[in-house]
Parts: sequence; C-alpha cells; structure tokens
Amino acid sequence: MGKRVGIVGVGQTHHRSKRMDVNGVELINEAVMRALDDAKLTREEIDAIVIGNMDHFEGINYVDTWSVDGSGAYMKPIMKLTTGGTTGATVGINAYYHAASGLFDVVMAIGWEKNSESDTTGAISTCANPWLERDFFAGAIGPLATAATMYMQRYGATEEDAAIVAAREHNNALNNPHAHLRMKTTVEDVLKSPMLSYPLHLLDMCPRSDGACAVIFASEEKARKIADRPAWVHTTVTRHDFTHFGDLVGWERMPTLYSASKEAYKMLGIKNPLREIDVMELYTPCSWSGLSWMESLGVCGLGESIKLNREGVYDMDGELPINPSGGVICTNPIGATGLIRIAEAALQVMGKADKRQVPNVKTALATGFGGCSWTDLMILGETPR
Amino acid sequence: MMEKVAIVGIGQTKFEREKKEQAFAELVYEVVTKALEDAGITIAEIDNIVTISNDFWDGRTISSMAVTDACGAYGKDVTTVEGDGTFGALLGYMRTLSGSFDTTLVVAHSKISEGNPRAIFNCTFDPIYERMLGLDAITSSALQARRYMIKYGATEEQFAKVSVKNHKNAKNNPCAQLPLDITVKDVLNSRMLADPIKLLDASPISDGACAIILANERKAKKISEKPVWIKGVGHCADAYHLGDRDLAETDSLKEAANRAYKMAGVKTPIKDIDVAEVYDAFSYQELMWLEGLGFCKKGEGGKLIDEGVTEMSGELPVNPSGGVLSAHAVLVAGLVRIAEAALQIRGDAGKHQLPNVNLALAHGINGPCGQSHCVWVLGR
Amino acid sequence: MAEEKKELLTISSGKMWQPYNWAVGRYWSRFFAELRDNKRIMGTKCPKCKCVYMPPREVCGKCFAKMDEWVEVSDKGRIAAFTVVWFPHVDPNTGELKEPSPYTSVWVHLDGADTYLMHYLDETDEKKIKIGMRVQAVFSEERKGSIHDIKHFKIIE
Repeated sequence: MGKRVGIVGVGQTHHRSKRMDVNGVELINEAVMRALDDAKLTREEIDAIVIGNMDHFEGINYVDTWSVDGSGAYMKPIMKLTTGGTTGATVGINAYYHAASGLFDVVMAIGWEKNSESDTTGAISTCANPWLERDFFAGAIGPLATAATMYMQRYGATEEDAAIVAAREHNNALNNPHAHLRMKTTVEDVLKSPMLSYPLHLLDMCPRSDGACAVIFASEEKARKIADRPAWVHTTVTRHDFTHFGDLVGWERMPTLYSASKEAYKMLGIKNPLREIDVMELYTPCSWSGLSWMESLGVCGLGESIKLNREGVYDMDGELPINPSGGVICTNPIGATGLIRIAEAALQVMGKADKRQVPNVKTALATGFGGCSWTDLMILGETPR
Repeated sequence: MMEKVAIVGIGQTKFEREKKEQAFAELVYEVVTKALEDAGITIAEIDNIVTISNDFWDGRTISSMAVTDACGAYGKDVTTVEGDGTFGALLGYMRTLSGSFDTTLVVAHSKISEGNPRAIFNCTFDPIYERMLGLDAITSSALQARRYMIKYGATEEQFAKVSVKNHKNAKNNPCAQLPLDITVKDVLNSRMLADPIKLLDASPISDGACAIILANERKAKKISEKPVWIKGVGHCADAYHLGDRDLAETDSLKEAANRAYKMAGVKTPIKDIDVAEVYDAFSYQELMWLEGLGFCKKGEGGKLIDEGVTEMSGELPVNPSGGVLSAHAVLVAGLVRIAEAALQIRGDAGKHQLPNVNLALAHGINGPCGQSHCVWVLGR
Repeated sequence: MAEEKKELLTISSGKMWQPYNWAVGRYWSRFFAELRDNKRIMGTKCPKCKCVYMPPREVCGKCFAKMDEWVEVSDKGRIAAFTVVWFPHVDPNTGELKEPSPYTSVWVHLDGADTYLMHYLDETDEKKIKIGMRVQAVFSEERKGSIHDIKHFKIIE
C-alpha cells in the first residue's frame, strides 16, 4: 500500500499581467524560494521535482531541462508533465504520486506560465485538432461561451447571475496579495464591461497572467517533522475522457467534473458535499462555470445553482465559500493555475490563508480544468487518511 | 519492503520514415491493442494511463488530447508526461507503487516526419542566450562528440564501429527502420552533417509508437506467466546551458544509474547485467553512456567497442534491437528501450534474442546533449 | 560610482514559424475525400454502442472498439450551441488577426450523428440565433479536401 502524503509548504509569486523584471527561469525560482522558505527546507532536502507549463506560451521545448537553475533541479530527478489547462493540477497530483510511491520523500511540484511572452489565444487555439476544430475555435473563450448559451437556454440563467459570481470572486481577490486582478467590482461593472463572445463579458472571463507556484509534498514521516499542520491528501481523481470538443454532447453538465467528483466522494464516503466540504478552490475559467459547475460537483441539483448563488451560499461567509483566493478569473498563469488551486486549498487547511482564511477548514477540494472539458481533482484534509 | 511491479504487456509499431496511413490516434490504438493482446487482458482491466507526447513534435498544444479515445482513457484516470518514454514509464511505475492502481498502461507516440525537427529541437535552447545561434540536436551533439574526442581520445573510427554494429543488429529486429550492412569505411565516407557527425553516425527521422503495461505483484502473477520485474530505477538532470558543464562527462547519468543499481542490488554492472539497451541518438553517445552507466572507466567507452565487448557475441551486448540509430521516434525510443530489454528477459526477442538474460538495463535521455537521464534495471 | 542602469529588455523571436504537414490517416482521408468529391458528410458507427461519430475516427472512446462501419449523415441539423466572437485574436494558421470579426462559432448536431461539429454560422446577430434552430451546410464551390469544403452553415426554416 502506498504512503500517506501531506502538503508541507507553499510558495507563489505575486501574479501580474507582465513580469518584465524576471525571465522564465527567475520567475520559477521566485516561487520555489518562497515554498522552501515556507516549509523551512533547503534545496538539498528536496528529493525530486515535477514541473509543468504549456509549451507554446513561451515557445520553449523541454522545460524540465531548461529550468534547472531556477527549479533547483541541478543533479536531481526531474520530469515534466503537461495536460493543457489542467497542467497545474496534474503536476500537484503526480508530485503526490512521487511521494506516495515510496521512491521519494519530499517532492516539489512547480507550475508556471509567462503568458505575456506570446499570444495566448493563438497558442491555445493550437490545442484543437488542426484539421478539424482549430479554425472555429476561439481560444479558451469560444467553448465556454457556447456552454453558457446552453445553460441560459435550459435553466433561464441570465448574464446577471454570472455577473454575481464574477463580482464575488473579484472582491475576494482583494484579500489575496498574490492575485493578479484586485479591483472592487459590482454586478453593474461586470455587465458594462465589453462583450468578448456572447454572453461572456470581459469581467466574466479569466485574464492571462505571468506567475509561478510551488507546492512541497512529503510522505507521512517527513511531513510530520516539517510542518505543524500538513494538508493531507485524501484522494485524487482525474478524468479527461474526450478528444474533440464536438464529442461533448450534453455539455450542460460538466461531464468530467461530475464523474471525477462522484468517484472522489465515493472513495471518501462523502454524501453531502455542500455540508461536508468546507471550502472549494475551483478552476472555473469564467463566471458561468462558477455558476453551473456547482451542480456537476453535486453541491445541488441541476438548475439549482442559480438560486444558491443569489442567496450567497458561495460567499466568504456562506455555507460553502468558493474561491476565497479570487479564483481563476482574477489570476491565470495557465500552467500554474491548477496548482494554485491546490496551494490555496492547502493554505486553507493549514490555517495559513491570512485575510482570505475560511474558519475551521477540515476538508478542502481543489480542481483543475483544461482541454476539452477535462478535470483533475484533489481533496485535502487536516488529518491523514 | 518495496512493493514489486512488473511489465506484463508490450506493443510497438514498425518504425518508418513516414507513416501516412495513421495519424497519432491510430498509432496509439495499434500499440495499446498489441500490448493488451500480449498481456491477455482487456482495456477494462487497465486502472490508469500515462500517455507520452510532446506539443512541439506533434504541432499542437495539449498533444495528449489527440489520443484520449485511442488510449482507452474514457472513464479512467489519465495523465501525460512530456519527456522521454523512460521518464513517462517511471511515472507509471510510481503511480502503480502508490497503491492507487493495480495496473498502469504507458503509451508514447511521435511522428518526427511531420514537423521540422531542426526548428523543433532549436526550441530546446534558451531563447535569450543560445537559440539564435541556430543550435539543434545535430550541431549541439557535434560539440559534445568533439569535446569527448579531445578529452578522452575517442576516435571517429570507434564511433563508426557503433553504427556498424547497431545497424547490423537491426537486421534481426522486424520493428527497426534501418537494418543495414555497412562497414566502418561506409560510415566515415558518409555525408558530413556537422563535424564530426556524419550521416551514418546519426539516428534517422522516424514515426511510431510503443506501449507497455505495468502491474503490481498480485496482478502481475495473475496476468503473466513471464512478468518482467522492475528491479531499479533512477533519473537525474545535469546543468542546462551547454557551457555550464563539461560535455564529455556524464555526471547526471552516473547519479541516475547509481540510484537504479542501489535499488537493484547491482554491484559490478559489467558482470551483473546481461544486456543493455541505451539511447544512442548518435553513435558517439553509446560509448559515453556506457561510461556513465559504469560499464567501464571514464574515457574507456571506445575500448568496449574495439574489444568486441558490446557485440551480440560479447560479454555485454549493447542494443541488440539496433538501438536508436536504427529507429528514432523521439520520446518513443526510450520506451522502446524498456520494451526491448523486457523482451530479452522474457525470451521473446525473436531473432535478436540473447541467451541467459537475467538482468537487463534500459536507458533514455531528455534535453540537449543528454542533460537528463533515466535508467531502468529489469529482471526475472 | 556610476548608478546601475535599470533597463528591462526583451528579445523577440519574430514570428515563430513552426511548419507542420500532418498526415491525417485513413479515416480522415476518406472523410475529406467525400466532402471534396461528393459533398457527402460521413461518420463511423460503433459496433457496440451504435454511436455515430462525425467526423469519423478509428476508435469509439467509450467502448474502446474499432469502428469500420461508415454511414452518411445529413447535411442538415440543429444548433446545439453557439457564440458570437467579438474579441480580436490571432489566427494560428496565418499569424495575423483572424478575419472576419465578429464571427459566429456554432456547434451543429447533424441529423444522424451523435457528436457535434464545430463550424461557422453565417449570422452574427445573437438576437437572431437560438439553440435548436435548424441549419444546413453550405458547401464551397472550390473544394480541396478540408473542413472548409463546407463554407459555413445557414439557418433554414
């Protein structure tokens, strides 16, 4: 049987739209140094490294070997993982597997992206099959907008419902010094912002950011020595399932989020996520996702999230705070974003989330999203399982 | 006591210069089906999947997306390593060891024929300092070969002997792309690409795929009569900028090999190991990697080929499959080294089978000039 | 002592040109040939779950089964989802801004198929577009064996 593993340290940069003062390797190093500092470890005490980003944003091939100066991987085991938008979560999940395998005790996961270095939409569009969907594919925004029109048509959701989510997350970010976009936002502000792709307004959608995040995982014995309150990994489930965007018939329910969370809850015996999970850091790339995907997470029935959203259930003082960090619509260095969700969830469990701390967090859920509707999910808790 | 994990299924395509009939998904489906058949199980008995591909080589962001259907990932846990197949298989090994999964499918694909390999490998070099020098795999390796020659006196003749040996070995491997009957003179007279690397010193452009299936001890014993046990693994990366390290040295390979040997209980590699499949992207590399793997002293790799030690009839046959010089689908080639080493252990290597193989070594590289290495020791 | 000048420089790659020639393989080759020569839209049917995949492919992901049965699907269907894209973005095929702008990306559920096809709709006023509307493929005069052999979809009664 594998080893139990906990997160013992977290570091992230202050995410910005353009970091002119550092190159990619230095950006990575910033997050790595902060994580080592947080865990009070030295580079020597890291046994292995897992790194990820999306190649075409920076135009660098074989990033694992390119970044050794910054990642601390010199003369150490390192490998690179990349799964599109889910990359950050993938990297965290597989750092967990590195430690759970027993081969390595202390493993650092690094997710990073310098989106300012290239054209984000142009690069993302190349994820769609070149001879089928690429030309109709308006970057990340297109499919999300089409999913929104379907939700509107089915359940009568309005642009205002989505704007409530957007305003909430933007205001949450004011408590997060690392967040990229930190601006007081009202529902009107969102609705007045320019239309990107019907029905998505500018403020409904995630930005592109430069940033990096590093999370240190340790197997049980080591974890207890390194941190007072490790955030223990309870389970992780990944479902990618699809190859083309057109395969997503029935996109109203986010299919992989539904099946992944169902599997995770089954493993942990969670019957009522709304009550049993204390906080969620979700990779919701636009406000509409933050609205409708709650249903796929089993928090409520189909179409019911509109009501919960309006009632403030997802607010910081609600029954299930979502994205206290401000989430993805405030910060999106794509290769790091999924890992930041895991990092933020860990901070909540460890009680180190400062002004954005939700009180009494015993269990936190983090997700990654990307590709044609993929999900990489992790649940963390205050006691090991 | 570490849980035991074995390779219980293997599949590979024939490697070819250009596979026009199959796009990425079809290549993956071919090898996954072959590996499942080899193991005698169905996709339902695969608990999770590690795919291996690279966005630059494939020409699309999220290259793994092209093969989700074809690798059987529907409804299953799946992830992707972007790096040599040996590293991807290592992640698969860790995921199996974790206890979360009893079986793991690892599949790699690449079609080097479709992009511009020189432009693609040029992107491995740092855009701020080195890329504009126009470096690619051939030119950077030429630097390394020259450094190796200057420091240790290795010769172009010795490199040529490696090429002759491996292409000849490929004649007994139906999957290899370039079985050739050549002489040292042929290699030395072949077209110069980047001094001292000539055409016949270099690996070809190849399309293909490979898959292996891993299983924990309990499952492996049920599935396979001839499980190939993973005895030891190690990986390690050296410094990045070519000038930050002495290209004639193989420090990170030594480190990776030591980890693998420690796990496997290997004390004297040349005696303990019966066959080695190493990543010879260029002929000189086979000699250097044998040094880093501890099969001989530093600088004496050339001696091994001169004395016939690494021939099929020698004390330590190297690359009975023909090696990477005979087929080089980037990323896939490392997984093929593991597959070939496993076939040797099983006694299933057909015409290129060696007798009495108890312990086999497989090796892969990542990054420029063998910056990062991954070493596997497999056994009965 | 001279003060350290704080200048933050960048280096540009110019247009990063990465040319590719993808072999589409047996299945796609037939799909594109039918579009080009016969204005027919083909799909493959899974022997196990009977789902018709359009565009066609070798493997049904859900059943992990090889598909050899080819079926023709209609050139008519209904809109499953759409979006009118307003923001200017780079077209990775040309390196220039994508034209025309705005354009409508539509997901069409063709009659007889069990997957959606992503394509263009020739209407950009979102007030005139509704999910469920019937649409029909408009083929290009000059067809080369690509997804653009269908020029776009138009709304029909």
